[in-house]
Amino acid sequence: MDYIIEMLNIRKEFPGIVANDDITLRIKKTEIHALLGENGAGKSTLMSILFGLYKPEAGVIKLRGKEINISDPKTASHLGIGMVHQHFKLVEDFTVLENIILGAETVKNGFLKMDEAKKKVMELSNRYKLYIDPDAKVSNITVGMQQRVEILKMLYRENEILIFDEPTAVLTPQEIDELMDIMKELSKEGKSLIFITHKLEEIKKVADRVTVLRRGKCIGTYNVEDVTKESLSEMMVGRKVQFTVDKKDITPGETIFEVKNLSMKTKGSTKNTLNKISFKVRKNEIVCIAGIDGNGQSELVYALTGIRHFDEGQILVHGEDWTKKSIRYRNSHGMSHIPEDRHKYGLILEYSMAYNLILQTYFTDRFQKRGFLKNDSIHEYADGLIKKYDIRSGQGAQTVTRSMSGGNQQKVILAREIDKDPSIMIAVQPARGLDVGATEFIHKKLVEQRESGKAVLLISLELEEIMNLSDRILVIYEGELVGDLDPKKTTIQELGLYMAGAKRDEVKA
Amino acid sequence: MDMLYLLLRQTMYFSIPLLIVALGGMFSERSGVTNIALEGIMVMGGFTGIYFINQMQSQMSGQWLLVLAIFIAMAGGLLLSLPHAYASVNLKADQVISGTALNMFAPAFVIYIARMIQPSGIANVSFKNTFFIHEVPVLCDIPVIGDILFKNTYITTFLGFFILIVSAIVLYKTRFGMRLRACGEHPHAADSVGINVYKMRYIGVMISGVLAGLGGLVLTVPISTEFKGAVNGYGFLALAVLIFGQWKPMRILWASLFFGFMQTISAAYSAIPFLLNLNIPSEFFKMTPYIATLIVLAFSSKSSKAPKAVGQPYDQGAR
Ligand SMILES: Nc1ncnc2c1ncn2[C@@H]1O[C@H](COP(=O)(O)OP(=O)(O)OP(=O)(O)O)[C@@H](O)[C@H]1O
Ligand SMILES: [Mg+2]
Repeated sequence: MDYIIEMLNIRKEFPGIVANDDITLRIKKTEIHALLGENGAGKSTLMSILFGLYKPEAGVIKLRGKEINISDPKTASHLGIGMVHQHFKLVEDFTVLENIILGAETVKNGFLKMDEAKKKVMELSNRYKLYIDPDAKVSNITVGMQQRVEILKMLYRENEILIFDEPTAVLTPQEIDELMDIMKELSKEGKSLIFITHKLEEIKKVADRVTVLRRGKCIGTYNVEDVTKESLSEMMVGRKVQFTVDKKDITPGETIFEVKNLSMKTKGSTKNTLNKISFKVRKNEIVCIAGIDGNGQSELVYALTGIRHFDEGQILVHGEDWTKKSIRYRNSHGMSHIPEDRHKYGLILEYSMAYNLILQTYFTDRFQKRGFLKNDSIHEYADGLIKKYDIRSGQGAQTVTRSMSGGNQQKVILAREIDKDPSIMIAVQPARGLDVGATEFIHKKLVEQRESGKAVLLISLELEEIMNLSDRILVIYEGELVGDLDPKKTTIQELGLYMAGAKRDEVKA
Repeated sequence: MDMLYLLLRQTMYFSIPLLIVALGGMFSERSGVTNIALEGIMVMGGFTGIYFINQMQSQMSGQWLLVLAIFIAMAGGLLLSLPHAYASVNLKADQVISGTALNMFAPAFVIYIARMIQPSGIANVSFKNTFFIHEVPVLCDIPVIGDILFKNTYITTFLGFFILIVSAIVLYKTRFGMRLRACGEHPHAADSVGINVYKMRYIGVMISGVLAGLGGLVLTVPISTEFKGAVNGYGFLALAVLIFGQWKPMRILWASLFFGFMQTISAAYSAIPFLLNLNIPSEFFKMTPYIATLIVLAFSSKSSKAPKAVGQPYDQGAR
């Protein structure tokens, strides 16, 4: 059988953990090979080895049957290996075009020839329908476009083996469909793809074969046709996973959280980013805000959590006016926030996991005395949460958060925010980057919150998650609420119409 | 009118060294290495350059001597920048500490050496200024500009503008410049596309060494006849210029002109009847450059756009 890439008996250790333990992965030419595994199973590590970022302690890598040594990303690129990283590696201050050509510039005597490069990039962009704005700064473009930039980076280098590390975690459903098409197109053109995802439907949809990892070990490689979603998830986490959560029928109680006529102006535009948003979240209720990315969800959350000021309107919690309350007040009086961007608002990556877990409570008597931190109590507390939430890392509470796997970073935030026992939980894409087991777990936790008399506001782009969890769906379109729907009486199609702005109702709180 | 030209020419003497040193700092910081050692490097460059003049002036004089001294000063600066590069790139040390160490080391070192090698055992290195250009033929007849730039000047003024233009082109128009900027913004991204971050940072620091060393000489030549083992905080002022200039070449020019002008006022206010007649205590004028620095930095640092990864050692293994 002709394999294009073979990674044989790879072993990689990090302090306190064996991230890859005797893993063998063989990729056939032109196939889409999925790599599946729970959070921290070692997927990103394995791919970073293939891309030359890490050196394995043991094992052999072969390209077209010949043993090779990939010492750095430059070598990888010369060998035709490209990678879209889980956390994008783009220079924010550079334009899209500059990012694409960086490291593979077209030059004459050392001088950049941007026009030529632009022509080539735009040709690729048109050919693969990867729409980009070459002159926009990366800091101003959407995540979806950032991803297209990353893909174009690989195509520009004419790479033959393309690694996608959780490309769909940050995309909207529409963008995911587009990406799937692009991936199929690429494999048709003779490229070989490695695709990491936690979403089993995506594997069923595009992949030819799948390799499953668990806790650094290889469980096996299978033809996608021969396995079911259920069997895959069982292999991956080692137990049966429930895909839908059981929700008791409860009638919602009194209002806990209320937003009245909230508006936020846009700089340099007459159209408001948020326009007269009013809604209530009651006791025992999960209210979901659905919408296509970029319709004001992020700004709404910033306004509710106090990260950004808004121009008009009011926020009430238990009838108390919170409009002008500080972020610390909100945090310590019953509001939890699982942010959209975990690196920007959720974690201090250079801190240990323990310190991240007490970010909002370090000043309480439990964790400090006369200004000195009580490290014993902090670690005891952290160890408890690590166990309860099954957070995996190399060195336990001491682990520097930056070194943790993406999904486990997310679990740190979940643990911190849920453990506060909030009366209102604002969760933005809480399952982003989580494996099926962990997703099941967080969904259960949200439902538990609801059942124990709390209010939950869920902001999600995933329709399945929305239909599954919510008691009420509010649809946001261009900064306005345009629908207040009951998930039991609505279809996904109808929800889609609202989200696209094709249908709208008057929404009152 | 003559008064004004005098002031502007004086401004050039102060601004050009600031410009050159700040541009040096720009290359270092754009590559991701804070270079607080500019002061110490200037001292080193000033010393080596002036000592060279001191030794050679019996054999030669004029522009060629200055040109040679320029190369020597650059080499001196480069030499002192190497330990900073080694500490911040190879050892991943705290860049502020390694810079501070050099700032403390350089003045002590040059005074020690001067006392050792000068026959009389004095610390100051004196030199004869044979580099003054009274007027540049033809160009000095251009109205306004001729009076400011091409009369009573030094070649170092033109060298300063030349370095500015080259820096701007290198930074924005070449492959090297683009890669250098990427290393200061997001070294992991740069690494992932095959750029050698360590190498780029070394080069960035070395350029800053060359330019700061040159700056030490350029500062001393027009305004003094001896080198006293110090550059009076000009290295730090250049850092302020760099920040005020937002790490961009053209803005750095304006910033250095501004600071140079302030410096001129404090040095030459007694020659300006208008200012003298204000009857303000002299201390006030002496303070102006420093107060201006404080105020300007307080306002401009808000919108400061420092390279994102500046000051952070790059560790390939981390992610
Ligand atoms: N640079 C590093 N330093 C220390 N530990 C690391 C480093 N990189 C990864 N690890 C550890 O190795 C393990 C595997 O991490 P990896 O990122 O490969 O997981 P993953 O399968 O990609 O998980 P996820 O689905 O959450 O992204 C994790 O426990 C992580 O903490
Ligand atoms: Mg990963």
